[in-house]
Amino acid sequence: MNETTLNLLEPGSKAKVIQVKGRGKARKRVLDMGMVPGAEIEVLRKAPFGDPIEFLVKGYRLSLRKTEAEHIMVQPHTE
Amino acid sequence: MTQNKITIALAGNPNVGKSTLFNAITGAHQHVGNWAGVTVEKKIGTRTYHDTEIEVVDLPGTYSLTAYSVDEIVARDYVVEDKPDVVVQIVDATNLERNLYLTTQLMELGSRLVIALNMWDVAESRGDKIDTTKMEEFLEIPVVKTIGNKGEGIDGLLDEVLREAGKGAHHEHEVSYGNEIESKIIELERILVNDDALSARYPLRWLAIKLLDGDENILEKIKVSPMATQIDNVLNTIDREDCEASMADKRYEAINTVLPQVCERCVKEVTFSDMIDHVVTNKYLGIPIFLSMMWAAFEVTFTFATPFMGMIDMFFGWLAGVVAENITTIWLGSLLGDGIVAGVGAVMIFLPNIMLLFLMLSLLEDCGYMARAAFIMDKLMYKIGLHGRSFIPLLMGFGCNVPAIMATRTIEDERDRLITILVNPFISCGARLPVYILLAGAFFGRDAGSVIFGLYMLGIIVAILSAKLIRGTLIKGKPAPFIMELPPYRIPTVKGSAIHMWEKGSLYVKKAGTIILAGVILVWLFSAIPSPGVDAAFASEEILGTGDSLMGALGHVIEPLVAPLGFDWRIAVALVFGFVAKEIVIGSMGVLYGVGKDEDALGDILVAGAMTPLSALGLMVFTLLYVPCIATIGVIKKETGSWKWTLFAAGYTTGLAWIAAFLIYQVGTYVGWGL
Repeated sequence: MNETTLNLLEPGSKAKVIQVKGRGKARKRVLDMGMVPGAEIEVLRKAPFGDPIEFLVKGYRLSLRKTEAEHIMVQPHTE
Repeated sequence: MTQNKITIALAGNPNVGKSTLFNAITGAHQHVGNWAGVTVEKKIGTRTYHDTEIEVVDLPGTYSLTAYSVDEIVARDYVVEDKPDVVVQIVDATNLERNLYLTTQLMELGSRLVIALNMWDVAESRGDKIDTTKMEEFLEIPVVKTIGNKGEGIDGLLDEVLREAGKGAHHEHEVSYGNEIESKIIELERILVNDDALSARYPLRWLAIKLLDGDENILEKIKVSPMATQIDNVLNTIDREDCEASMADKRYEAINTVLPQVCERCVKEVTFSDMIDHVVTNKYLGIPIFLSMMWAAFEVTFTFATPFMGMIDMFFGWLAGVVAENITTIWLGSLLGDGIVAGVGAVMIFLPNIMLLFLMLSLLEDCGYMARAAFIMDKLMYKIGLHGRSFIPLLMGFGCNVPAIMATRTIEDERDRLITILVNPFISCGARLPVYILLAGAFFGRDAGSVIFGLYMLGIIVAILSAKLIRGTLIKGKPAPFIMELPPYRIPTVKGSAIHMWEKGSLYVKKAGTIILAGVILVWLFSAIPSPGVDAAFASEEILGTGDSLMGALGHVIEPLVAPLGFDWRIAVALVFGFVAKEIVIGSMGVLYGVGKDEDALGDILVAGAMTPLSALGLMVFTLLYVPCIATIGVIKKETGSWKWTLFAAGYTTGLAWIAAFLIYQVGTYVGWGL
């Protein structure tokens, strides 16, 4: 599969982070929380109203709004 | 005997058991305050260990030490500027990778570091094998195993702390950022060394790293440096976004080279928590579970508190009576009884609510559900310009705005928090209900229920619109990004929750109590001083709370202001008294209309001509919206730390109430309703 943004992945999919776009504090926070290029992530589930989304990264669970996830370029693993 | 004294700071990610360990080290010897200038809680405790008095400072829980939040700035400023003898980082053994990220940053602050490898029993029970000897070797930091909730490993930790404190300056192993960035670091260090003020306060390497990391707080400090232009020249040669990403990357890379050797088979998933999440954040079950949890928290907070509040009320009522009876000087008896004792009672009456709410919040937070609640509600809250964590404080407002506003502490972003505080008073608290019941019952008969429901809805709508309005004007910008950990579910400790509950209660009494007491005494003074021209003694029976008091005179003065709303001076006076507590509006109207405590008689008088359904509706809306009670104002001041925002809250609510009641009365009269 081709590169896409993290918000577009469905629960259950796994991917590798390619790049974190955007700028400023929010981006740095996302990086600090382990969403660095090369990190392996798994989409766990969406909140009952469809947003935010819960991910597994660096061995813990992180949630992001779709607007934040949109800035994260990923390479999905085909399984 | 000479006693050594050292200071240690506890650092660590949120949800790693930091508070539990802090409690285990210091026991009951702790006190809470705020960090200077910000509304971030500061806990300090002491412990005497082997003839050494150890002062333990609990730093805010952070994932990193960037300038992302006030918490992070507070934590790192403390380490850099106050230079504690040892920094203890509490590391969650079940999640080394992300926890060690903070370690890489603490290393750069140049302070002595000890790692408390907490909850290692949990890690071990699921099959992780962590080699602490190797960990010490690679990180060049002492590592001590602890189990905070069982109090295990505390002595070992303190032994290590004392040993480290005795050593001189030392530089731990540091992350290497790669040739390109390292050369920039050196370049910057060479420039920074010429700034005496900065180089005396901060480690140069750390400053250089923070500059390359695009740290807003440090960039701001550099602006006034004599070296500013030279620094800018270096910074202009780098791609900021690239540099930031590769620095975070290098830190994780450094961890990942160490990790496989330290932890033989570290499990990457927490299946138990996943199973719970599968249910509690389920698309269909998530909301019903959430609502029942909220219902339970609300019920415990406000229903369980009722008997305690009744007892407090009775006690202070009794005490005021005793005081009044035994002091023959009438004015003094009234000052002590109706002013001071009643004022202290007005402060204490909220304690059961506050303590029970924080007991519930602490249990929800510690078990891990709080983050899920924010996760579930975020979409709705985001739509009105707030954060998922704003929901619970708003919900609790239906019980009482005082603990509800205190509960906003869990909102990380200052601006999101401020808006949540400012709109909270519009959520109709329990004290306003008696006013609605009397007026709606008297004027709207069978429709009373619908009218009251409408008032609650109006409060919610005004809160939402105000949040949007404030977001669009005074506090511009979007809500803070939602980048939140969903921590593993854990069993909360009773001790931790009890301490938290106690702290919140005592903080409230200390910080908000004085404002509330002063307010009550001021209102009492107005009701006790005879109005000019009235021939009666100060604080005598015929003056207190009647139209002949200064308050009555004040009512006549402000009558023209409320006349367009269809209110007379009596209602003006009752509304001023309502500032003490909103339910007092009714009691005060009873006194002013000469029927005392007889509410039925009051209803009859009002219906007989003192008010119209239209002005009664206006009065209910006014009571809903106008300045919150003294206690709420007290906690707004305490939680915002600003008189400016407190006055804004008072002015905005009252202005809005006036406009709403004006529209109801004038438009209603024009259209011909209720005439």
